[in-house]
Amino acid sequence: MSATPDLLYSDVEDDLRATVRDVLTDRCPASAVLARCESDEPYDLGLWRTLAAGSGLAGLLVPEKLGGAGASAREAAVVLEELGGAVAPVPFLGSAVLATTALLGCDPQDKRVARLLEDLASGASVGTLAVPLTYGPGVSFPQTVRADADGVLTGTVTSVADAAVADVLLIPATGPEGPGLYALASDTPGVRVAPAVPLDLTRPIADVTLDGARAHRLAGSGPAALEGALLAGAGLLASEQVGVAQWCLDETVRYLGERRQFGRVVGSFQALKHRLADVWLEVVSARAAARAAADALATGSPDAPVAVAVAQAYCSTAAVHAAEECVQLHAGIGMTWEHPAHLHLKRAKSSELALGTPGHHRTRLATLVDLPAAG
Amino acid sequence: MTTKTTATTGRGGLDAEEVRRRVRAFLAEHDPATTDRAAFLRARFDAGLAWVHFPEGLGGLGAPRALQSVVDAELTAAGAPDNDPRRIGIGLGMAAPTILRFGTEEQKARFLRPLWTGEEVWCQLFSEPGAGSDLAGLRTRAVRDGDAWTVDGQKVWTSNAHNARWAILIARTDPDVPKHRGITYFVCDMTAPGVEVRPLRQITGEAEFNEVFLTDVRIPDAHRLGDEGDGWRVAQTTLMNERVAIGGGAVPREGGMIGVAATTWRERPELRTPGLHDRLLRLWVDSEVARLTAERVRQQLAVGAPGPEGSGLKLAFARLNQAVSGLEVELLGEEGLRYHGWEMTRPETVDFFGHDAGYRYLRAKGNSIEGGTSEILRNIVAERVLGLPSEPRIDKDVAWKDLPR
Ligand SMILES: Cc1cc2nc3c(=O)[nH]c(=O)nc-3n(C[C@H](O)[C@H](O)[C@H](O)COP(=O)(O)OP(=O)(O)OC[C@H]3O[C@@H](n4cnc5c(N)ncnc54)[C@H](O)[C@@H]3O)c2cc1C
Repeated sequence: MSATPDLLYSDVEDDLRATVRDVLTDRCPASAVLARCESDEPYDLGLWRTLAAGSGLAGLLVPEKLGGAGASAREAAVVLEELGGAVAPVPFLGSAVLATTALLGCDPQDKRVARLLEDLASGASVGTLAVPLTYGPGVSFPQTVRADADGVLTGTVTSVADAAVADVLLIPATGPEGPGLYALASDTPGVRVAPAVPLDLTRPIADVTLDGARAHRLAGSGPAALEGALLAGAGLLASEQVGVAQWCLDETVRYLGERRQFGRVVGSFQALKHRLADVWLEVVSARAAARAAADALATGSPDAPVAVAVAQAYCSTAAVHAAEECVQLHAGIGMTWEHPAHLHLKRAKSSELALGTPGHHRTRLATLVDLPAAG
Repeated sequence: MTTKTTATTGRGGLDAEEVRRRVRAFLAEHDPATTDRAAFLRARFDAGLAWVHFPEGLGGLGAPRALQSVVDAELTAAGAPDNDPRRIGIGLGMAAPTILRFGTEEQKARFLRPLWTGEEVWCQLFSEPGAGSDLAGLRTRAVRDGDAWTVDGQKVWTSNAHNARWAILIARTDPDVPKHRGITYFVCDMTAPGVEVRPLRQITGEAEFNEVFLTDVRIPDAHRLGDEGDGWRVAQTTLMNERVAIGGGAVPREGGMIGVAATTWRERPELRTPGLHDRLLRLWVDSEVARLTAERVRQQLAVGAPGPEGSGLKLAFARLNQAVSGLEVELLGEEGLRYHGWEMTRPETVDFFGHDAGYRYLRAKGNSIEGGTSEILRNIVAERVLGLPSEPRIDKDVAWKDLPR
């Protein structure tokens, strides 16, 4: 195991959080998210432009010489906490995390890779990594897309997050040179992006069909670039889950402190206080786990795979529990469409599957920390 | 872009470098190989290297708490003896911070040095047969008699009373006011006439705790800690420290009970089953996360910003110790049916790792009771951290003597 991770927030990180929170408070109230999620534009691309270009979030993980902020996973994690709390319908995870880290895992000296990174960093284009959202670190390279020697792709990738708004798709495919990442614009002939009806209305998914679509194999790409992106994505998703869980806890505490039944505030009933104390403990624990994962990714620690698996196994469950308690303790109003609790429940539940289930991450730990299965 | 938040510079420009220099200078004068243990520890205290965040003259340097790890690392590397902190946990973790905060100059000078060196062991005379969770309901009486107090009553579950030289004690000095207001805090001499310690055998077979009878025990007023009637407030300092008391140094991965279970799992493939595997992995994750949560609290304390996370640590610790030790007994199969022996011993410390799985399982039951039950800790989290209202109470504004019994 490596050095003790820094589990706190730096002043710079606190400032970043305040900036993001200001924008979200202003532009992304629950009522707006709710109104948008059934409209023709489930993503708020106006908000994304403000965050991406205005606040520089799209290029957080991109080095300064490629037009990014040269920040680390620690800062991206703080942004995700805030985006999670607001269930903001913006393609940060797909574009600024998954696509960006996949490209950083290729050869960034290569002109095409560098240009793609520059465009993502400036917010000029939105990208995503075309793998099913359920894929987590440690899975074998996807086999659903074939490439020929000219980079012409055939196959399908289902349930891709943020694909519906992506200008650029990074597609893991196997060609004559073996497995690699192929980039293409989403309006290339032969590409079809079909949005699915998502359980999580604030993070839409789409099926991508490639029927002789011409792409470019990225220099230096291979299974390691994909694995690196899935590891970063999984580790950072834990921070988004912390944001979701914290919102659920805060809202429930607030509501139970006001709601009266039996002549008292229901938050004074011990049965409920104890349940909220348990949720609170899970949220503070999840925060420590998510910080550890972000720090391990930021410092390139050899312990990152373990830290990420621990954070995912823990934070997924904690967020689902917090969201389920949020609905139950709000009772009737929590069951309505009008109340935003369901947006968080849907985000929490689908994030539990995203980038590997808790069970997947525990199975990975069995190998990583040498606790082999029976038999 | 990332800036580290760990404070490393304190008053008078004391940074890690300066502290390291002082430790080395100290070691140059007191060779651990040739110096007697007690003499070494006393000298270490006098050099301000006992607990660096304490004031100068009281074993510290007035430095940030974070620098203690620098001292400990240097001394460990030099093969220096330590003060066996597990033996004197109540003194270090509870009595010392309370004395530091509320004690007179004389009290601090008298008590802190032998407390830290371990020459004087402390115990805690708080709980009573009728006052456990509802500690403020206690009935042990202290009556003023000139420049001393006469104390009568019974305390219970007193860990280590049989080894202790001193006790922190709370007693009722005014029964005519509501319960929280009529309590005073004392330091009690465990060798004084009228103090009788009787072992209480525990579910482990051993007697780690005791019942303590106090009959006409005289305590000089100079051993009162804080003002008369202010004992509840003083006791809060003790209890806070008891719950937040986290080990001085960081715990490594698998440092706790999970490490024992994991080692057994690795070394004994014949014991493995799929069901136990899943439970082990869940508990491994939970243990690692609890370790990180404690580490985060430690980092917050080191920069002087204790977060509310502290109140929850003990909840997680108790739950995990119980679940992991339960799993371990199951994992061992037939061996789990056996126990090392039920003879009544009188241990000096809680030794989780020097015993078998059955002992761990049984002793861990106390983790959710001692120092505030898990139910009480959940109340504390809900009310003080989350700000939820308390249950309706009937005992707040009534004189203690008029409370229903
Ligand atoms: C191993 C061990 C060592 C100890 N060492 C010491 C020591 O050195 N010095 C010392 O002073 N004490 C010591 N104690 C005592 C310990 O602090 C008390 O046992 C504890 O505070 C609980 O009090 P009680 O046993 O009277 O239980 P009670 O208070 O009678 O509780 C009974 C049950 O009711 C629950 N309960 C009580 N009030 C509430 C409430 N308001 N809401 C919900 N549930 C409630 C409790 O959680 C518990 O489950 C020790 C205990 C143990 C087990």
